[in-house]
Amino acid sequence: MAMPDTPELAAAAVDAGADIVELGFPFSDPLADGPVIRRAGERALAAGMRTARCLECLAETRARIDVPLVPMTYASLLDAYGWERFAQEARAAGATSLIVADLPCDVQPELRRIQLVAPTSTDERLRLAAASTDGWLYLVTVTGTTGARQELAPTLAPLAARARSVTDTPLYAGFGIATPEHARAAAELVDGVVVGSRAVQAAEAGTGELHALVRSLRNALDAAAPVT
Amino acid sequence: MSTGTTFGAYGGRYVPETLVPALDELESAWRELAADESFHAEIDALLSTYAGRPTPLTRVERFAPDTRMYLKREDLLHTGAHKLNNALGQAVVAQRLGKRRIVAETGAGQHGVATATVCARFGLECVVYMGSEDMRRQAPNVERMKLLGARVEPVEFGTRTLKEATSEAIRDWIANVDTTYYLIGSCVGPSPYPELVRELQRVIGREARAQILAVEGRLPDAVVACVGGGSNAIGIFSDFADEDGQILDAHSISAGLDYPGVGPEHAQLRDSGRAEYVTATDDEALAAFHRLCETEGIVPALESSHALARALELDDRLVLVCLSGRGDKDLGEVLAR
Repeated sequence: MAMPDTPELAAAAVDAGADIVELGFPFSDPLADGPVIRRAGERALAAGMRTARCLECLAETRARIDVPLVPMTYASLLDAYGWERFAQEARAAGATSLIVADLPCDVQPELRRIQLVAPTSTDERLRLAAASTDGWLYLVTVTGTTGARQELAPTLAPLAARARSVTDTPLYAGFGIATPEHARAAAELVDGVVVGSRAVQAAEAGTGELHALVRSLRNALDAAAPVT
Repeated sequence: MSTGTTFGAYGGRYVPETLVPALDELESAWRELAADESFHAEIDALLSTYAGRPTPLTRVERFAPDTRMYLKREDLLHTGAHKLNNALGQAVVAQRLGKRRIVAETGAGQHGVATATVCARFGLECVVYMGSEDMRRQAPNVERMKLLGARVEPVEFGTRTLKEATSEAIRDWIANVDTTYYLIGSCVGPSPYPELVRELQRVIGREARAQILAVEGRLPDAVVACVGGGSNAIGIFSDFADEDGQILDAHSISAGLDYPGVGPEHAQLRDSGRAEYVTATDDEALAAFHRLCETEGIVPALESSHALARALELDDRLVLVCLSGRGDKDLGEVLAR
């Protein structure tokens, strides 16, 4: 979540082995998010992290890391800021692409972004999302909101299989992936994992905690059998 | 697949992908049902034998001595507000979709009570999300929902009112979309809900039009209503979305009117000039509340009192006001002033 200390946290995550950094732009009503990210968003908004300030934070983060950097936010911010203006300024600030959590793939199709698909997505929607996605497809592992779960969702495997059958685009899985065990299990199904709520929690405890989490995830992924 | 109905520049679907297939399913079911006479017959029968329709039209000469004012008495509907028209209709839709679990949000509690009522009537599981601040202001309605067998889930973050309750109801729906129907309370939310709710509430206008033609022989010069979704708040809470798109917290003495959103069709009606949206202050609504109690023996909901306050000032000869609900639930708030 975008905060004044985000550039330093992002640098620690990359140092520990993160391949991509997702940067949350806080929204007042984050429908797709569970309590951890919702609360992080509330704190960020209380700290004045509005869109313009988040874009500065994005640029400051870009200055510290050279892996892909992806802002993640909600449609209302883009609608207010201007869809094209937001996309341009985010790109200029160093964004690699964009994730908009409440923007289904058939809404605002001209906005280039990483599309999300869910276990409930029909094959037709998987195809449509894969055809328009920017670089990789985000597989939402669960029917639910973001946040740690006990187990990797059983809905991921069938979703990954269906997605593979309609696209060659890399598949990254997120929602509910919190531990090295989750990451290793997911890595047998998909090409990458997204860890959100658990990373936000670790970041709240400081760069050391985040570094240790990302390192444990990295090690788990490196030990996992590559996807065939 | 569709991106949903829009109203001019407004409306559409801004929801996580997880819900889109459920919205597609609802939309196509709704298209079929809208053309299905047995569906309309089922709803008409429920409205007349269970809900108490048609509701009367009442002339209020003592409340409004300078004009011919009529109230459309939705306060006399079962459960005490127009909310039941919508809840009954959507419960029928949910059953036709095979969903046995219902989630809803509520502000003042009227929609929650209506939803709990129809769930009891049809034997459906019912979970109602309600901000803890609204639960405090509307304690009797919380008790009513529980008596009717609903589970009331307090929402303890943000403003602790309808805005957060709505988000939590939708999060529940996201997590349980296979088994659960989201019974939204107003003409807001992702398509097709705004259209669906409008069609289910049109019964008010259909009846009122025929009734006023029967007594006056002509249509009214003005029709005044407090807009659904807490949305006559469009003026009171002038900036719902600020310049950054963050949704501002809203305020009203009346729980349920403090929702910082407005149905997309209202936004379009305002833009086109077909409807005018004005504000009333808490004090103005309270004055109208007391006046209707004292002059007509009718205790209006605080929501409806906003419409009454503005209607009194109109120069028009023949005025129709939608008295959307009764005010029993508001006595605590009114007496505390």
